[in-house]
Amino acid sequence: MTMTTTYKNILTAKEPVPGLSGVNIGLVTLNRPAALNALNHELMEELVQAMTDHDKDDSVRVIVLTGSERAFAAGADIKEMSEETTVSIMMKDRFATWDRIRAIKKPIIAAISGYALGGGCELTMMCDMIIASESAQFGQPEINIGVIPGAGGTQRLTRAVGKYKAMELILTGRPFTAYEALDMGLVNRVVATEIYLDEAKKLAYELSQKSPIALQLAKEAVLKSYDGTLSEGLQFERKNFYMLFSSEDQKEGMKAFIEKRKATFNGK
Amino acid sequence: MTDEKILLTEKKNGVGIITLNRPDRLNAFNDELSFQFQDALKEMEKDKEVKAIILTGAGRGFCAGQDLQSRNIAQEGGERPSLGESIRRRYNPLVIKLRRMEKPIICAVNGVAAGAGMSLAMLCDYRIVTDKVNFIQSFTKVGLIPDSGSTFILPRMIGYTKAFELMLSADKFSAQEALEFGLVNKIVAEEDLMKEAVALAEKLALGPTKAFGLTKRALNRAIFHDLEELLEYEAQLQEIAGRSDDFAEGVKAFVEKRTPVYKGK
Repeated sequence: MTMTTTYKNILTAKEPVPGLSGVNIGLVTLNRPAALNALNHELMEELVQAMTDHDKDDSVRVIVLTGSERAFAAGADIKEMSEETTVSIMMKDRFATWDRIRAIKKPIIAAISGYALGGGCELTMMCDMIIASESAQFGQPEINIGVIPGAGGTQRLTRAVGKYKAMELILTGRPFTAYEALDMGLVNRVVATEIYLDEAKKLAYELSQKSPIALQLAKEAVLKSYDGTLSEGLQFERKNFYMLFSSEDQKEGMKAFIEKRKATFNGK
Repeated sequence: MTDEKILLTEKKNGVGIITLNRPDRLNAFNDELSFQFQDALKEMEKDKEVKAIILTGAGRGFCAGQDLQSRNIAQEGGERPSLGESIRRRYNPLVIKLRRMEKPIICAVNGVAAGAGMSLAMLCDYRIVTDKVNFIQSFTKVGLIPDSGSTFILPRMIGYTKAFELMLSADKFSAQEALEFGLVNKIVAEEDLMKEAVALAEKLALGPTKAFGLTKRALNRAIFHDLEELLEYEAQLQEIAGRSDDFAEGVKAFVEKRTPVYKGK
C-alpha cells in the first residue's frame, strides 16, 4: 500500500490488485472521526482532488470510497451552513465541488458501514456500485431540519428506488437499514460488518481484470440512461459500442474468447 | 425517576444480570419498567466486560406480561388506548435488542411467564426454568393477539399446530410440558436456578465470545431475518384488537375478577 498526498480529512492510498502486476485500486477513506465524517467543504475539496488523482493515474483501474465502520458520513456539516442566506449559499456554490465527482471516469465503488445520512447518502449514491455492511444506515433526514436534500438526493434516490418510496423517505426523513436498501435496489450487496471493505475491494479487483477503456465507456453509457431519453441513451450506447472496436482491448478480448483463453487487457 | 428500583442490574465475572423487580405485580410491565429494561439491555450490549447476560425476575413470578392495571385501559366509555403504538415503543425495541445483541442471553425463569413475559423469555437464547414454572400465552384471554414476537417465535420453535393451540386456549402449561415441546433447555430445582444460570453464563463468558456472537448473528439471519417486519405487523393487528369491544370486556372482567362475555366484535 502506497500513501500518496497527505490530506487533513481523508486518507488516500493505492493498493495493488492481486495477480495483476502494476495494476492498483485507488482507495479514498473519509477520515474526520470526531465529526462522524460530516462532509464539510474542505473534506469535499480533498475528496474530489484525491479521486481526480486516482482517475488520472494509469495504474488505477477502480476507485473504492469508504468511511469508518461506525460512519461513512453522518451528513453535511450543519454548523458550517446554519448561518447561510440564500444569496451567500448560492455565491459559495459548494455543490460545484460535488459536481466534479460526476466527471470521474473510472468506476467508483462505495463501501458503506454505519451512518450514510443526508449528504453521506447522496455521496453514496454518486458512486457506481454500493457494498453495504449489515450495520449501514441510510437516510435523507434533511426535512427534519427544515431543508431538503441538496446534493442530488431527490433525483438519485428517486431514480434508484422509484417515486413512491423516494417520496416516503425524503418526506419523512426516516432512516432505513442496509437490508431495506437492498430490497429497494439501492445497494448491490449487504455483507457482514467486519468484512464490508474487503468485499468492496474484491469487487474492485474483479473489475480491474476488465478492459479499462470498456469499463469507462460502459459507465458513461449507463449514466447516460439517467440523463436523457431512451432514444438518446440507445444512440449513445451504440456510439460507445462502435468506438470500442478501435481499441486493442476489443481485439484481444474477442481473440481470447475464440481461442478459449483469458484475455489480458492493456487499456489501449 | 423513582426511588424504588423496579429493575436491578449487576455485573460480575463477565456476566450481566438483569432482574425485573416489581414482585408485587409479578414483574408485569408498566411503561417505566419496559423503558428501564430497554436501557439496561443497551448498556449491557455496549459494556465490553459483559460477555453473557442473565434475565430473571424477583419474587415468585418471572413476568406476567403487560400490567393490565397500570394503564387506564379498563376505562368505560373512555378513549381506547393505541396498543399498536404501545407495542412499537415499549415491547418491539426489547425484542429487537434481545435478538440483535451479539451476546448470549440466558433467561432464568423463576416463576410464571405470561403474555409478553413468555414472549420475551422465548426470544432469549437459553431458558433455564424451575419445576414450579408455568407458561401461558394469555393474550387471547382478554381479547388480544399474542405479541412481542410471540407469533413469530412460537410456531418456529414448536410448530404451527401446537403454537396455535396454546395461543387460542390461553391455558397455562408446566415446565415439564415446555421441556417436551422443546421450549426450554433445562428444568432445575428452585434453589438451584440462579446457581445454574450463573454457572452457564460464566462458562460462556470465558468462551470464544466473538464466535458465539457470530453464531447468534448467523442464526438471526437464518431464522429471525424478517423479525422487524413481523413485529410491525403484530403491532398493527394488536391495534385492531385493542379497539375491539371484546378487549374492553376482557380487561373489565379481568379487573372485576369475573368471566368475560365475548361477542366477537
